[in-house]
Amino acid sequence: MTDDKDVLRDVWFGRIPTCFTLYQDEITEREAEPYYLLLPRVSYLTLVTDKVKKHFQKVMRQEDISEIWFEYEGTPLKWHYPIGLLFDLLASSSALPWNITVHFKSFPERDLLHCPSKDAIEAHFMSCMKEADALKHKSQVINEMQKKDHKQLWMGLQNDRFDQFWAINRKLMEYPAEENGFRYIPFRIYQTTTERPFIQKLFRPVAADGQLHTLGDLLKEVCPSAVSPEGIDGEKKNQVMIHGIEPMLETPLQWLSEHLSYPDNFLHISIIPQPTD
Amino acid sequence: MPASVLWAVDLFGHVYTLSTAGQYWEPCRDTQLEFKRVSAVRQCCWGIAADNQVYVYVCASDVPIRRREEAYENQRWNPVGGFCEKLLPSDRWPWSDVSGLQHQPLDWVALPSPHWEWESDWYVDENFGGEPTEKGGWTYAIDFPATYTRDKKWNSCVRRRKWIRYRRYKSRDTWAKIPSKDDPKQLPDPFNDLSVGGWEITDEPVGRLSVWAVSLQGKVWYREDVSYPNPEGSSWSLVDTPGEAVQISCGPHDLLWATLWEGQALVREGISRHNPKGSSWSIVEPPVAENGIMHVSVGVSVVWAITKDRKVWFRRGINSHNPCGTSWIEMVGEMVMVNVGLSDQVWGIACEDRAMYFRQGVTPSELSGKTWKAIVAGRECDRSHSGSSSSLLSAGCFFGDEVRGSGESSAPSDTDASSEVDRPGPNHPHPADSLDSSRSYKGNPALGPRPGRPTAGAEEKADKAEGPGGEPRSGPVCAPAELPWTNIDLKEPRRVPGHSTPGLPETPGLPSLGLLPLGLEEPYGADDHPLWAWVSGGGCAVEAHTALKWFSAQSGLSPAMQTLAPPVTPAQTAAWRKQIFQQLTERTKRELENFRHYEQAVEQSVWVKTGALQWWCDWKPHKWVDVRVALEQFTGHDGARDSILFIYYVVNEEKKYIHLFLNEVTVLVPVLNEAKHSFALYTPERTRQRWPARLAAATEQEMNDWLALLSLSCCESRRVHGRPSPQAIWSVTCKGDIFVSDPSLDLEAPEHPLPCDQMFWRQMGGHLRVVEASSRGVVWGLGYDHTAWVYTGGYGGGCFQGLASSTSNIYTQSDVKCVYVYENQRWNPVTGYTSRGLPTDRYMWSDASGLQERTKASTKPPSPQWTWVSDWYVDFSAAGGTDQEGWQYASDFPASYHGYKTMKDFVRRRCWARKCKLVTSGPWLEVAPIALGDVSIIPESPGAKGSIALWAVSDKGDVLCRLGVSELNPAGSSWLHVGTDQPFACVSVGACHQVWAVALDGSAFYRGSVSPSQPAAQLHKCLPNAAPGPGPLTEAAPTPLRWGGYRAVPSVTALQLLLPWALLSASPAPDALSQMFLCYPEGTRAPPTPVPPSLRPVAHPVDASGHLLAVFLPLGGDCWYHIPSPSKQRLKQVSVGQTSVYALDENGNLWYRQGITPSYPQGSSWEHVSNNVRKVSVGPLDQVWVIANKVQGSHSLSRGTVCHRTGVQPHEPTGQGWDYGIGGGWDHISVRANATRAPKSGSQETGAPLEEACSGPVQC
Repeated sequence: MTDDKDVLRDVWFGRIPTCFTLYQDEITEREAEPYYLLLPRVSYLTLVTDKVKKHFQKVMRQEDISEIWFEYEGTPLKWHYPIGLLFDLLASSSALPWNITVHFKSFPERDLLHCPSKDAIEAHFMSCMKEADALKHKSQVINEMQKKDHKQLWMGLQNDRFDQFWAINRKLMEYPAEENGFRYIPFRIYQTTTERPFIQKLFRPVAADGQLHTLGDLLKEVCPSAVSPEGIDGEKKNQVMIHGIEPMLETPLQWLSEHLSYPDNFLHISIIPQPTD
Repeated sequence: MPASVLWAVDLFGHVYTLSTAGQYWEPCRDTQLEFKRVSAVRQCCWGIAADNQVYVYVCASDVPIRRREEAYENQRWNPVGGFCEKLLPSDRWPWSDVSGLQHQPLDWVALPSPHWEWESDWYVDENFGGEPTEKGGWTYAIDFPATYTRDKKWNSCVRRRKWIRYRRYKSRDTWAKIPSKDDPKQLPDPFNDLSVGGWEITDEPVGRLSVWAVSLQGKVWYREDVSYPNPEGSSWSLVDTPGEAVQISCGPHDLLWATLWEGQALVREGISRHNPKGSSWSIVEPPVAENGIMHVSVGVSVVWAITKDRKVWFRRGINSHNPCGTSWIEMVGEMVMVNVGLSDQVWGIACEDRAMYFRQGVTPSELSGKTWKAIVAGRECDRSHSGSSSSLLSAGCFFGDEVRGSGESSAPSDTDASSEVDRPGPNHPHPADSLDSSRSYKGNPALGPRPGRPTAGAEEKADKAEGPGGEPRSGPVCAPAELPWTNIDLKEPRRVPGHSTPGLPETPGLPSLGLLPLGLEEPYGADDHPLWAWVSGGGCAVEAHTALKWFSAQSGLSPAMQTLAPPVTPAQTAAWRKQIFQQLTERTKRELENFRHYEQAVEQSVWVKTGALQWWCDWKPHKWVDVRVALEQFTGHDGARDSILFIYYVVNEEKKYIHLFLNEVTVLVPVLNEAKHSFALYTPERTRQRWPARLAAATEQEMNDWLALLSLSCCESRRVHGRPSPQAIWSVTCKGDIFVSDPSLDLEAPEHPLPCDQMFWRQMGGHLRVVEASSRGVVWGLGYDHTAWVYTGGYGGGCFQGLASSTSNIYTQSDVKCVYVYENQRWNPVTGYTSRGLPTDRYMWSDASGLQERTKASTKPPSPQWTWVSDWYVDFSAAGGTDQEGWQYASDFPASYHGYKTMKDFVRRRCWARKCKLVTSGPWLEVAPIALGDVSIIPESPGAKGSIALWAVSDKGDVLCRLGVSELNPAGSSWLHVGTDQPFACVSVGACHQVWAVALDGSAFYRGSVSPSQPAAQLHKCLPNAAPGPGPLTEAAPTPLRWGGYRAVPSVTALQLLLPWALLSASPAPDALSQMFLCYPEGTRAPPTPVPPSLRPVAHPVDASGHLLAVFLPLGGDCWYHIPSPSKQRLKQVSVGQTSVYALDENGNLWYRQGITPSYPQGSSWEHVSNNVRKVSVGPLDQVWVIANKVQGSHSLSRGTVCHRTGVQPHEPTGQGWDYGIGGGWDHISVRANATRAPKSGSQETGAPLEEACSGPVQC
């Protein structure tokens, strides 16, 4: 029998094969070879692309290098979204590897945040964690932790150390025995079809009658368009995707939150149009 | 912690219990009686019923309460007739007691009360000092009273034999009236109050209790001889008092308080082990002269009291030396009574609403607790009839009816407490606190529990000195009275003005009052909370971690029973879960399969943990040196993790290091050390050298961090993860730490087995003394405190957290053990025994060996994990016996000690003990409630079906067989008691269900024909010459049959009428009838009568004359075949594998039972195999593993090494030599789960003899 813990490992060790190519307008001294990399789904682009940066910088003139940014099919990629989320949301229906274009010029100020250093990623990551724990435990767990525990969470993510990360993170996934789950489920729902970056609301894992809320309950409540009318031919219009899979709508939300959350402790749910093939 | 119960009586005299695991009051089974008072301890509850008689309710247990009656048959030899009953005039009676002074024919021995029944007829005891007499039980002597021997000699002129008969207490789980057969003049006048306690004073006899009572005339009575084997006691004796007592309370230990009519309290002094009745009374004045004490309740070191104005008081400064205490402190609340239970926890019944409250926050450091919290548990019957009073009546509900009936007649109870209570009646409804209003508490915490105040903890500190000021009594104290609507209507006129606490919201219930028909016609709707009259918490264990469900209103859901979680939860079988697993697998395939050659974005860098530790250096002189330690972890090319532990040290100012590859480490073991938090790392090499790397951390936390990390690294490098294999080998160290090793295939290979120093052991959370496993995954353990535990299938716990631990199946586990110090004294002619010894003597306060100084003050618990839970007390149970003060005498140190003083004894010692407790966690659940001394699970092949045989010996020596044990229910369902004629110490069940056991006297017993379907014994053994029927079956005569004589069962005649044609076989019901079968011949017809379904017709033997045969099955002891121990040795342990039987004696000799054949399963003789053995475990392959006492190169402190017997073959079952494994410090091993045969040849040749051996009486 498979242990629920294996889900955590599968989630953590999810990888997206990616092909980085330099944007054609970038001026290079010689031709830049594409760069192939397995990106951890749970990490952040700017955290794991040092090698990419180094690779392309070798062929560039020093003065032409400014802050690196990435783009996929014309969409600038937000570094503060987990990689898996970006892929699910934008590219899940396209063929692998994922083709990402690398830019060093014309930073799209309107679309992206600057990422001056890894400290910025750490700050963003920790603030997400704190927000998630505020929802789950009124911040009690994260606030009781020591500085070194916070550091260990971050170092675990940065160095891709599953054990190091989960040794601490499991405390964030606990809840009092007398409750049936967290206070609120930290989640964000993303849709490519709307302007709004994401939906985030207060939602409890357990209904007033003691029934466990499911993924379907959540969507019905906060994003009915994702699940409601089915197409004319009876086909689903949308895919509901987390970590590249489509959990059944009957899946209890609490379980999802414990097992399929990203390291920032949020469930990042992508709603994408059903591919038409 | 098993569930225990709180006992209470409601205003109508109905007795209810509330379990610590439950959330409903359950009516006491015996519903006929109404009670005034109850006083409970764990095993029983005493009560005074409305008929003023005293009753005792003994809780049922799987182990019967049995008592042995004995009588001696004495004979003298005369030249004419040989031995005969004709004795000399100067001789004793032909039938006598053991001394010979008392005439005691068998039929003079009567049952002491109607609550007892005979278990069997009289039979001869064949056991003589651990040896069978084989001569009809006769023992011989030159003359009375002399020394008796087994053998008849030329000068044996007299002989005697012992007849024994067991009686059994039958009135369990019911109220049994205490017979009042005393002299009518002495007969106590009706009792007014009663209190049970004193179980901590001494445990001789087992389960001894002090039962005190107060009569209506104010006299105090003590019940003599109440103990576990004599639950009713023998008689009441009067204890003089300086005044007329009203009420009495007896604590678990030596506290006993009573109240006097005049309002003072009486305190009993001088209660001790030797004088549990105490010697004198002192008087304690009430806190306020005008309001005398009305009620007291005492615990171990607390006294609570209620004065006549209903105020609650706490007595300060109570302890064993000062049972009177120092001063009173007023507490919040107005109560009619309070009761102190186990661990000084307190319950009370509030004055206003008769609701029950629990004192929260009572801890050893804060005995007065913090605040009162209302228990809002409903009654079982309330729940089943959800609220509608009409349906309640029409359904003829038990509760509804009784309430009505007794409400009308309202059996008056003449206790002072309840006499002042408003009687329930149609015109005077109670200030009932409905469940609804309890819910409103919850919703509005500002209202708080009734008599308490939100700030109770702080304000209660007010001392008596501050006086009973007006503030505490008015206002918040009474505030709750405003809550229920009935108060507003009915109680308001009696209230002191100003009680309507401002700020209290208008109660939402008020408007509903108008809607209700004044609440008068149905005063006791099902929503009413019970109105309590009395509570007793003496059997109710509440501890800090106990999660009680008493305080919240119930949902309609039935309370979840605390059972072993099945390994598969519904969530795990759900479709959504399967789908997620499947999709994740597909995702990995899709996104990774073809891209494995891609570079990883994040390299698996070396991960390092460093720290400062101490290291027990390798060179002489050995000492702890400060070292830096670094763990480097990396991922190899094959993806496996590996780690290296570096230990950097400085020697002669030169920096050096040693390193250990963690994939070579075989075990990481915490070392018992009072001063250091240390652990040892073994590799095969270091195991052979008996020199582990020892490291010590500055704090326990630091050590646990390192242990958890290193252990995880070791497991990762060996890819060991999750639950151990069902065939795993389990062991326990002398520190109580549990280790498990998954056996490799070649561990038991006939040729070139895996050397056992290469076995990898990992630690499992928890604390045990003994662990026993079976190949079907059932694992049981026993704690130092004899608690039985069952393995839940989890892993981790203890110091292992994070991923080294499973998230579920880990529970809190606690253990208690004693620490001993010895007080030594030497005699000198002037002063007698003093603590001044000779210069060469041992320390006057020392450890058992006398080599180490140990004073009471300086002795610490064994490790920082343990905390003291008692004070020092004299241990009277030391081997060799003690005198009244616990002293043991000897001619000199260190000689053998005895419990009485002789002229030659110049030194003496006594043992002081102190209990300490450890709380940890691990994958273990308690199997309540019987404490065990030993346990054994059948070693069988993994594919075996059916229930799993599990045998145990209770800590009192009862042999027990667990029913219903299976993979899915490893804890089993209930115990079946297996009778024995003497207490047993050890039991072992072999693969063919053959059971061997060791009695406390050191002899062995074999129990044949135990089969899976009849776990305790197979009873259909055809007897050759049974008594002809259909006469009274009780007439059956004894025969010399080894399998036992014919035992009559008390109600056999009734049975005979009931069950023609029935051959009764053993049923799981542990009563006498089931141990018997009877049968009628073909052709004999009796009126057809239904046979109870629990009984199974089997066969119908007929004798030659065609008479029906009545066949009685041997009871209890006779199924045990007595096997003498090896000459001059007392056995202490036995272990049975497939066919091999090994036993261990008290001197460390290991014996193999020779000559076991299918037709002679008990074997012929003991063959000496080895000495130097502490524990033996024989597995299903007849493999033999032991814990050796000492092995070459081991150090004095590290005794206990795991050893494997080599060369064990079917034709050479005793093997050739030993292979040494991990050690020292190991205490216990169980290889009984490992049925893994080596895959190669060799097994073929072992097959045949085993099969042969398995046919016949030793059947598989």
